[in-house]
Amino acid sequence: MAYVAIADRDTHPHDPDTFITKYIWSQDHKVIAIQYAITAIFVGVIALGLSLLFRLQLGFPDSFSLVAPNEYYQYVTMHGMIMVIYLLTALFLGGFGNYLIPLMCGARDMVFPYMNMLSFWVYLLSVIVLLASFFVPGGPTGAGWTLYPPQAISEGTPGIDGGIVLMLVSLIIFIAAFTMGGLNYVTTVLQARARGMTLMRMPLSVWGIFVATILGLLAFPALLVAGVMLLLDRVIGTSFFMPEMLSMGAAIDYGGGSPILFQHLFWFFGHPEVYIVALPAFGIVSDVLSVHARKNIFGYRMMVWAIVAIGALSFVVWAHHMYVSGMNPYFGFFFATTTLIIAVPTALKVYNWILTLWQGDIHLRVPMLFAIGFLFTFIHGGLTGLFLGNVTVDLPLSDTYFVVGHFHMVMGVSPVLVVFAAIYHWFPKITGRMFHEGLGKLHFWLTLLGTYSIYLPMHYLGILGIPRRYYAYGDTDFIPESAHTMNAGITVAALLVAAAQSLFFINVIWSLLKGKKAGHNPWGATTLEWQTPDTPPKHGNWGHNLPEVHRWPYDYSVPGEKEDFIPQTEPARADAIPNREHARSTK
Amino acid sequence: MNISLLFAALTVAILVWCFLLQHLKAKPWLEQGIIEEGGTTKVPAPRVGLWVFLAVVTSLFGLFTTVYNMRSGFPDWRPLQDPGLLWFNTGLLVLGSIALQRARGASRRENLDSLRLNLTAGGALTIAFLIGQLVAWRQLTDAGYFVTTNPADAFFYILTGLHGLHMLGGLWFLAQACLSAWGKPKTSTVMEIANVRLRVELCSVYWHYLLLIWLLLFGLFLST
Repeated sequence: MAYVAIADRDTHPHDPDTFITKYIWSQDHKVIAIQYAITAIFVGVIALGLSLLFRLQLGFPDSFSLVAPNEYYQYVTMHGMIMVIYLLTALFLGGFGNYLIPLMCGARDMVFPYMNMLSFWVYLLSVIVLLASFFVPGGPTGAGWTLYPPQAISEGTPGIDGGIVLMLVSLIIFIAAFTMGGLNYVTTVLQARARGMTLMRMPLSVWGIFVATILGLLAFPALLVAGVMLLLDRVIGTSFFMPEMLSMGAAIDYGGGSPILFQHLFWFFGHPEVYIVALPAFGIVSDVLSVHARKNIFGYRMMVWAIVAIGALSFVVWAHHMYVSGMNPYFGFFFATTTLIIAVPTALKVYNWILTLWQGDIHLRVPMLFAIGFLFTFIHGGLTGLFLGNVTVDLPLSDTYFVVGHFHMVMGVSPVLVVFAAIYHWFPKITGRMFHEGLGKLHFWLTLLGTYSIYLPMHYLGILGIPRRYYAYGDTDFIPESAHTMNAGITVAALLVAAAQSLFFINVIWSLLKGKKAGHNPWGATTLEWQTPDTPPKHGNWGHNLPEVHRWPYDYSVPGEKEDFIPQTEPARADAIPNREHARSTK
Repeated sequence: MNISLLFAALTVAILVWCFLLQHLKAKPWLEQGIIEEGGTTKVPAPRVGLWVFLAVVTSLFGLFTTVYNMRSGFPDWRPLQDPGLLWFNTGLLVLGSIALQRARGASRRENLDSLRLNLTAGGALTIAFLIGQLVAWRQLTDAGYFVTTNPADAFFYILTGLHGLHMLGGLWFLAQACLSAWGKPKTSTVMEIANVRLRVELCSVYWHYLLLIWLLLFGLFLST
């Protein structure tokens, strides 16, 4: 295990000099972060393309014959799995986690750089295995992204031959990659912070990523257990999850297993997974709002407590995904209660974001627009979550488009808006150039309004009782003509939103080539990553001397100061309130 | 899922205890100037990394145990005859753990001979344990207990296999410690032994932990 000294140093020993060691087999956390981000966005675009294909089928079932029924299920499955795991988890933790943790904590790199590099390459392998399933006989699995047995490995489900095996193998590889990365993120936050950077001086982005990583390290093993056991059921014919049953009129070889057991395991991972994605997003939004409103985050301590509380509670709400599974009804009562309790710290965060904006000097730059957009979509998705968290409301809505609308609002659109906020916010630091403001604003408005016109109507469809997971509805009495029209409208909106994303890619490429030079701190931000001697930061981040941290990360618009921000590295003022609590311990 | 609930609660309680009490009471907006926070520089990062990894291992085996308990309550569960060889293997692993503990003591006392001997013995005993486990598998298949015979058999193979894989991973790091111990000249100074010391310490902690997990697993097999 390589161990990078975190002390000051005169030169950069072992600086990579060849193209390969600098950009391919790189151990620099910033390069690894970009590798992670590019790979994740690449698979994300594939998943977006799949969603367009099945949306065309849903919106215009009679006009297009792009998708056969079994392909419809395969595309839905791959869309879900890629977006949740291979895009969002990898991008927030592997991408932003890698980039931000060492820079925001004031470290030269992750504490285990070699393992960090390995983490990316193993992740890439998992992506390749996943995508390979498109090319095996029978194609990828069409079991739905939750992969519930028995249907996931029963005759008749698409991808029963190679697809499901590759999916499970890919997940297992992904978990190995995540564990390697996760050990790094947690240990770096705990052990490699700069002098003066106490835990309570860390920006909320780091707090969110840190707690999310702990959740991931404890929750992914549940997916591993479920994956390994399902793989054995499929490949060598054990009966962990497979019950005795008839398939095509004949008894199958399995018997005695419990499908509900799989659901428990899956959701013991699956619910913390929601917060593995959400907590980094919460943290990043807090920082973006604070910087662009030129105001300290409202209730920093409360925000940290809320992140920790949400992380803890997220382990005891999993069965609210299983109200319709046939489990003991008393469970439902317990899990509905914990689900409503977790809304408390979450609502607290939302209030604090809004209060941060209150009377702030708000600059509606592109990252700020995305962050404020997130507030809308997250409040919206959170409120419909309260509907679904109650057993009696969930039962009739569970198999309808209401769930699709809720889930995509809270877990799809919201994190993606934060991803864009973060990319636009840190783009000047990552590349040294500014992006095109006008193009970015156009991208924001098209994305926000477009996604709203996709997912808001889905709630109405759900309340009408339109079932999800159907390939085509045909002429069904209870579905009025207007619902079909609405469905077509949703598809048109989805096409527009997808097309609007090209603005983002055009903006990135244009700005890389022609963008204005950014300078080291274009937003006037206080946190350490904006105080690096070079922009973009070089290998080792800090030049000769490590930064020293003298204050918390949110000193914006401090009364009586010349500038409206004070960097964390700025020494204490002579008339500062003495540091009573710690004065004794430092002597 | 009682056990995993308990496990989650325990982990969370530890986390909350660590952070809430020690740090989360601070009022960072009032405090300026350098604050030294203990721990960030005193504890070597690999040690923290190992403990975080052990938490992951705990989660993995804890969940498997939970599933084992749930699945064993079903009517088709037919417990298998645990091979007597497992007792012998357990003895090997205990001895391996003791050897590594002695190696750790030797590295502290800078006794290079004893360090080399005990490290090598620890590695050999662990390899013997792994071979013993494979022989136990062989005995089971000869007796007609295959992976697909019954979930009880399947669990036995998975859990012993998974534990074996973790030991194998540990052996990789033990081999590195061994190589660096044997690579030192006889006349090594205190400073030169110091960098082996951390490796030996981490290996011994990992071995004790995997021994503990094995004892719990063995108890689980015996009790059902």
